[in-house]
Amino acid sequence: MATPVFEARNVTKVYRTGDVEVHALRGIDATLYEGELTVMLGPSGSGKSTFLNIIGGLDTATSGQVRFRDWDLTDASSRELTRFRRDHVGFVFQFYNLIPSLTARENVSLVTEISPRPMKPADALDMVDLGDRMDHFPAQLSGGEQQRVAIARAIAKQPEVLLCDEPTGALDSETGVTVLKALEHINAELDTSTAIITHNVGIQQMAHRVFSFLDGRIAETHVNDRRVAAESLHW
Amino acid sequence: MGALDRKVLRDFGRLWAQALAIALVMACGVASLVTFIGAARNLDETRAAYYERYRFGDIFASLKRAPANVAGKITAIDGVAAVEARVRDLVILDITGMREPASGMAISLPDFREPSVNRPFLRDGRLPHPGNPDEVAVTEAFAKAHGFSPGARFQAVLNGTKRTLTISGVVLSPEFIYALGPGDIMPDDKRFGILFFSQRALAGLLDLEGAFNDVSVRLLKGANEQAVLDALDRILEVYGGAGAIPRKDQQSHAFLDSELEQLRSIAGIIPPIFLAVSAFLINMILSRLIALEREQIGLFKAVGYSSTAVAAHYIKLVVAISALGIAGGFALGTWLGNGMFRLYGDFFHFPFLIFRTHADVYLIAAAVSLLAGVAGGLNAVWKTVRLAPAVAMRPPSPTVYRKLAPERLGLLKPFSRLTVMGLRHLMRHPVRSGLTALGTSFAVGLLVISMFFADITNALTAWLYDQHQRQSATLIFSEEQGPGALQAVRRLPGVLDAEPMRSVSALLRHAHHERRMSLTAATPDAQLVRVVDDAGRPVFISKTGLTLTERAAAILEARRGDLIDVQLLQGKRRSARLPVAEIVPSYFGYAVFMHADALDRLAGEGPRIGGANLMVDAHQVDALYAAIKQTPQIGSLTLQDASRAKFDETLEQNIVIATTVYVMLAVIVAFGVVYNAARIQLSERARELASLRVLGFTEREVYSVLLAELGAIVMIAQPLGWLIGLGLCWLVVNGFDSDLFRMPFVIEADTFAIASLVTLAAVAVSCIIIWQRILNLDLIRVLKTRE
Ligand SMILES: Nc1ncnc2c1ncn2[C@@H]1O[C@H](COP(=O)(O)OP(=O)(O)OP(=O)(O)O)[C@@H](O)[C@H]1O
Ligand SMILES: [Mg+2]
Repeated sequence: MATPVFEARNVTKVYRTGDVEVHALRGIDATLYEGELTVMLGPSGSGKSTFLNIIGGLDTATSGQVRFRDWDLTDASSRELTRFRRDHVGFVFQFYNLIPSLTARENVSLVTEISPRPMKPADALDMVDLGDRMDHFPAQLSGGEQQRVAIARAIAKQPEVLLCDEPTGALDSETGVTVLKALEHINAELDTSTAIITHNVGIQQMAHRVFSFLDGRIAETHVNDRRVAAESLHW
Repeated sequence: MGALDRKVLRDFGRLWAQALAIALVMACGVASLVTFIGAARNLDETRAAYYERYRFGDIFASLKRAPANVAGKITAIDGVAAVEARVRDLVILDITGMREPASGMAISLPDFREPSVNRPFLRDGRLPHPGNPDEVAVTEAFAKAHGFSPGARFQAVLNGTKRTLTISGVVLSPEFIYALGPGDIMPDDKRFGILFFSQRALAGLLDLEGAFNDVSVRLLKGANEQAVLDALDRILEVYGGAGAIPRKDQQSHAFLDSELEQLRSIAGIIPPIFLAVSAFLINMILSRLIALEREQIGLFKAVGYSSTAVAAHYIKLVVAISALGIAGGFALGTWLGNGMFRLYGDFFHFPFLIFRTHADVYLIAAAVSLLAGVAGGLNAVWKTVRLAPAVAMRPPSPTVYRKLAPERLGLLKPFSRLTVMGLRHLMRHPVRSGLTALGTSFAVGLLVISMFFADITNALTAWLYDQHQRQSATLIFSEEQGPGALQAVRRLPGVLDAEPMRSVSALLRHAHHERRMSLTAATPDAQLVRVVDDAGRPVFISKTGLTLTERAAAILEARRGDLIDVQLLQGKRRSARLPVAEIVPSYFGYAVFMHADALDRLAGEGPRIGGANLMVDAHQVDALYAAIKQTPQIGSLTLQDASRAKFDETLEQNIVIATTVYVMLAVIVAFGVVYNAARIQLSERARELASLRVLGFTEREVYSVLLAELGAIVMIAQPLGWLIGLGLCWLVVNGFDSDLFRMPFVIEADTFAIASLVTLAAVAVSCIIIWQRILNLDLIRVLKTRE
């Protein structure tokens, strides 16, 4: 059996705003495996983003334990988490979050400049099929192109894990598929463990493993026997 | 309260730190207006009231000796309201406990009646009794400096004899609001005082019974001053009149005038800087707010609020900030104005201070500041008015960035992407960045000005005491003497060297300009008092022409080679037409130099000297004092060293106060500008910066992006600030330029360096506050929202 990348044990997250307590996560037990592509589904507010942010080192759990390989993230300091994100994690978000004052290539090299074993920015952009738009600023690119730049930026440092929060959320079906193809390609080519949050049930067919969130818990874990290529997805 | 008004309060509450920083800058503007204009008005009004109540003269003249009945002729001049003929002389004082001799101006008061011109104000005791020749009333500052009260005694040398005088009363006089001793350039109340004697007593002591040697005149309203001056000169000519002067040339009055002029000129320089900076800051904060609330504005309009209502909403925020600034400025200005006026009260001698709060000054300050604030906000608000609701509710079109020109040349290669981000953002908003740099540079400029005062003082002292007047003391004879007197002076104990000096009062005329000036004898080989240029190099003294100081040349509108009509006002009163041989710089007064031999020739009385400049052995000073006190016929001794010490002390005090105030103001400006700029950057780029953090950049690296931009702005601001500082100094030098005093234009390199360092310190403080905000950046919240 494959080796785990992330192991979450009884993870809870409580947000406190004044007197109100929101239980975003109510005890998550989950394992993500090396080289696998995991899809996370679930209704809005079920805790997907919260969970992804915690394993990605953007946020910390209220209780429970999170491990990245042999490394316990549970009690990591803010400085250690920054180091963790910098060296191991690539993020892709619904709203791209590119730096508007940097070109596509520069957005990528932003990351390669600080990572220990980077790809060439041009290679990363080639992988998402944007080799010819490298010197354009974000404002000069379409939404899908921007999202692919974001993916190139995330993978350029050759991260062990790639965490994507609704990467196709702002895109139409056709563009969404292009983005998913890029993610699939990277997962296969670079063996990057990938987690994708989506509201699009169809996307689960391309995953090795599917988590279904419900009300702060994982209600169901499903392993796909047969994966469908991203190319054949549509919605 | 409507929903929109509640929003104003909320916005204000949210933006309080920035609003406060802006209000502080505005408060400085309001306060400086209130302070400077208020102090000028109060000073002016106090002086006017004092003059009116105590009948300050309009015209003053001194002469050798005229019989008392000549006063009647003066009264008969058309336009003359009152005449006071007096006896007056400079006397040497010997005060127990004081090593060095002091001097006093002895002036007579009429017996058994109040003077009709220049009435003294009696603070304590009574005026001297006509029957008692040894009673005097002394000026309050002098009494205070020595701890004298009525009944106290001191000694004075009058007409060659030493007498013990008893103080009958303590007075103030409108003639001596500012009282400068002979040879001094700063008042020293310990070494110089005014002594009022009864007419009978003083005339007796000075051998001037039935005569007078000084006259003051009050004019009728609407009288022709020049005509009276001319008529007076004609009458006094035969009595050795030294030329009548109008009030505007009277020393005390002229000095106050120049002080008032300085106040007014500063009021025209400093407050506008603050108001302009605060207007800019308001523009910056409002533009950002409106950009952030674009969609809300669309919504307000969509639900039916009019453009005016929306615009008014934002203007209210401006008004709220301005109100805070104005209120703060009123408080600060009242406090500072009070303090400043009190300082004036110490420096100038008034019997009373009229401190009024001028409502109109406050009103104008408030109106001008509010106007500046609204003007600053207007352009931002105008955008809301123009925005159609449908357009407003769409997100703004994305900012288009460009590669910078130097990048195409590969100049930015060595910089990291983070630095490039900062610089591109900077260049994306060139106007705002430029104005931010300009605002910061004003702080640098203010600091340059504040330290410029110290620089000129040092330069002035060095020029005056190390180059121009290098004697340690000056001995002024009671009467002009032959050159042999110098030998006697050389034999006095402690005198290492003595050089002759002479100064003759004369009327100089060129074109339609006419002015009474002193002709000072200059000897080319003199080592003590030398005529030097501004670098301290001795100037060649022509044997045939006049050497004018720049100020004298300006008064007469004369250039090199022009012919000047000179009429001596003493002795044989001879006249000549002399060319201007040279024009030399001068910072105090408007001296005219003439070769000693030429002056002797012109005066036609053979070689004469009026006194001597001395080099004194510091260890034998006491012996010299004693000798001079014992042989009072010699005349009066003024001490350059004491004068220099007083000058340094007075200026140092003023400079410490002024520098403190300016540094405070500059720090407020620097902080206000940089803090606001940083906050706005932080707001505009929160998303970008959070993204960087998510990508694994440390807080420090993210901070460096902000610092790259701020740093570039602050760096640009430095040379710009030095230039602005130079400009402000130039304005100040011009504003301070008067017949009494001119500032040299000297700025030390240190001044620029220190100005920049202080500004950078203020910038550092705002950067530390911003660092706290970087630490608290909420990564996840930013990522959830779209741009
Ligand atoms: N900063 C916060 N403060 C308070 N509550 C929060 C905060 N962030 C998230 N929550 C709450 O935690 C719960 C889980 O939020 P989360 O963002 O993880 O949901 P999600 O599954 O990603 O939903 P969606 O599909 O809509 O993105 C929600 O009820 C949400 O309201
Ligand atoms: Mg989510």
